Amino acid sequence: MSPVVAAEPDPHTARYFWGIQFEEFEYRYSDSDEEVASWDGDAFYGTDELKLRWLGKGEYGIDERAYETLENQLVLQTPISDFFDAKAGVRVDTPEGPDRTYGVLGIAGLAPYWFEIDASLYFGEGGQAMTELDVEYEWLLTNRWIVNMGLDATYAFSEDRAIGIGRGLSSTELGLRLSYDLIDRTLSPYVGVVHEKAYGDTRDLAREDAESTEEWYAVAGVRWMF
Amino acid sequence: MTVFRRLLAGLSTLVLPAYGLAAEYNLTVDRVTIDTGDFVKEGIGYNGASPGPVLRFKEGENVTINVTNNLDEMTSVHWHGLILPFTQDGVPGVSYPGIRPGETFTYQFPIVQSGTYWFHSHSGFQEPNGAYGAIVIEPRDADPVAFDREYVVQLTDKHPHDGDRIMRNLKMMPDYYNRQQLTVGDFVSEARDRGFWATMKDRMMWGDMRMMKADVEDVQGFTGLINGHGPAQNWTGLFRPGERVRLRFINSSAMTYFDVRIPGLTLTVVEADGNRVRPVPVDEFRIGVAETYDVIVEPRDDRAYTIFAESMGRSGYARGTLATRAGQTAPVPDRRPPSYLTMADMSGMPGMDHGDMGHGDMNHDDMGHGAAAMDHSEMAHGEMSHGNMAMDHADQASDDGAMDHGAMAHGEMNHGAASHEAMGHDQMAPMATADMSEHDAVPAGHAVGRHRAMAARTDDAAMSHAGTAPQGREHNPFYARGSGLTPEAANGGRFLSYADLRAAQPLYPERAPTREIELRLTGNMERYSWSINGVKFEDADPIRLQYGERVRFKFVNETMMTHPMHLHGMWSILDVGAGQWNPIKHVVSVQPGTTVYMETEVDAPGQWAFHCHLSYHAASGMFRKVVVEGGPDTAVGTTPVQGGDA
Ligand SMILES: [Cu+2]
Repeated sequence: MSPVVAAEPDPHTARYFWGIQFEEFEYRYSDSDEEVASWDGDAFYGTDELKLRWLGKGEYGIDERAYETLENQLVLQTPISDFFDAKAGVRVDTPEGPDRTYGVLGIAGLAPYWFEIDASLYFGEGGQAMTELDVEYEWLLTNRWIVNMGLDATYAFSEDRAIGIGRGLSSTELGLRLSYDLIDRTLSPYVGVVHEKAYGDTRDLAREDAESTEEWYAVAGVRWMF
Repeated sequence: MTVFRRLLAGLSTLVLPAYGLAAEYNLTVDRVTIDTGDFVKEGIGYNGASPGPVLRFKEGENVTINVTNNLDEMTSVHWHGLILPFTQDGVPGVSYPGIRPGETFTYQFPIVQSGTYWFHSHSGFQEPNGAYGAIVIEPRDADPVAFDREYVVQLTDKHPHDGDRIMRNLKMMPDYYNRQQLTVGDFVSEARDRGFWATMKDRMMWGDMRMMKADVEDVQGFTGLINGHGPAQNWTGLFRPGERVRLRFINSSAMTYFDVRIPGLTLTVVEADGNRVRPVPVDEFRIGVAETYDVIVEPRDDRAYTIFAESMGRSGYARGTLATRAGQTAPVPDRRPPSYLTMADMSGMPGMDHGDMGHGDMNHDDMGHGAAAMDHSEMAHGEMSHGNMAMDHADQASDDGAMDHGAMAHGEMNHGAASHEAMGHDQMAPMATADMSEHDAVPAGHAVGRHRAMAARTDDAAMSHAGTAPQGREHNPFYARGSGLTPEAANGGRFLSYADLRAAQPLYPERAPTREIELRLTGNMERYSWSINGVKFEDADPIRLQYGERVRFKFVNETMMTHPMHLHGMWSILDVGAGQWNPIKHVVSVQPGTTVYMETEVDAPGQWAFHCHLSYHAASGMFRKVVVEGGPDTAVGTTPVQGGDA
């Protein structure tokens, strides 16, 4: 009896996975008649133990034909507890105006009571540092009609006048979206409202540049996942 | 008989040519189209169809099966439940390399058993994609089960997505396929019934743990098939009134447990996993993934009867008909409301010792199981880990006298301290399997065997608890007490329990196990990763067994899902507390919050697969290789082997 079996690639365990998801992919219309295309998505490839993840966010001013914000992050992500991952990587911002590059450290995962948390610390080349907290929560009206609530807040530890960020709590974005799972979870159209607000020094900088410091948007878009 | 079988297993190649018949079978593995009536899908089948053919063997024959791979990828065929040389078992990377595209692999093995089994691919997700078929083995001598006609009733859960896609979606979002989650509407109606705060507390408690009561079926959205026919296509088997019809139920699902009934008929279970059992008449039975049950029905009326197989979580169903003429149908019952997990199903979870549970806020009534439903045997399963939230001693006055508080130490319990070890859970656990009060139909000779099982590892305190357990015969000891998964017959009648199964004849002489191996069934639902003892297949060392030993496996389910555990190559003797009459199976379902024991006579040398038979659990790590060292020449016999861990 020779219990030796030729080495073959392991057929039993699915190890590598990938996915693409756009949580927000939408058209925004503001109370000051501004039109914006906006997105917030991510893609990953990897194993349970280590994933490479791209995260992209942007706002494109349809009237100005310019990127108001455009950020891309590439991070490595690994589990640190049952429900949380740690991540580290780089973030490159390339909107209109000066570019910025940051190092990223953060955690992402599921907090008790089903709050999805993504918290990051960004270190800029010029010594700037800021932190961003993103919290998401879902209410199931039915198993297909879903209300999604999202809060995104940025706090800067240092000032970066060139890109209009002052020290302290600089901005928040609060969104409420009602979606319907049209094709599985692959395609879910939604409508909603978004409230953006600047605070403190950041607000003052915006005023100096004659930019709005608070904006309400009606939004329509699709959430998609593949 | 027993001796003969063992002899065959050991010396088959020498013995068989002398008496065996020989038969040759050909199978091709093909791309096929599967039409469920709800959707049409590309899939994989045998001899051009899914399911493949019913292979009929005869006990004692020596079969040759030529399998030709017409796919453009590797394949394999595993003969589920068959006792055979390990090189013929068909698991790539464990027993052979697999079958290359275009290649024909010839399996050759003696048939040393009879009964209902099945075969399926063990490569990737070919089995969920359609690569399965049935095996019926006629006994060498006259069949002790009398019947006038027979049908294979092979169930599956055909999904519009193929296996790779499902696995990827589950990894991206573990509740991707769960469309039975509790909604705002459920909250409102529950709040109306139970009060706002009670409902709020319930949701907070589950939310605190990030667990879902709706995690009963993690892949929903399938169409249940019987012999390849969807509910609308209505597979039909004909009978003449008064005939004894043998139905050979096989659950070839990737992920779905089915609750099977035929309204108007009593189902007499005569065989489980290919082995004859003492006949048990029931109204309904639950068939775990990969299990087989043979039942006899005796329809007397000249009319149709619906075979209704509702999924355990009620998200789907399969339907067929027994009729006296083609085209005749009977009413199809409605599905029952979805089942939800309760706190009892969480009780095996080490996650319960998270310090942030806020148990101060919990009271027993919020947990969905009434005080009346509790007794000490509940603790046997490890529920002690949440004893302080699940129990309200004031409501348990009658039991308190019999309770040894000191031994159980629940007064001082906190979740941190309530680990299995700290609770002396080992001593108490056998009550789970030897819950004497539940066995109302104890065959002669049972008492002795049961006693051995109890005496071997039950201390006096635990014994006295078993003695004081309520006599409620409706409790199924294979479910945590208060479990949301505990099945009930739709007509209020009898639902088959593992505890009802008695081997018709023991396959092995009874003897004490040489050692015990504890296997904790573990996982992280949020990450959709599954494991054994916290280790995934890719990171695990094989489980090493010695030829000739008798191993007692202890399964502790620390997850919220039911896992059908399947050991290849050797029998799994399920401990239902019946000693030598314990049923002999190839799949043992372990419910959430429970501990289940099975014993195996290690009589098959070589390398074997051992895994959860839920396709996506096995693929994401709930899998082990088992290596049986030694052989007939180097048997360790009954000498105890110390230690042993997976
Ligand atoms: Cu499993």
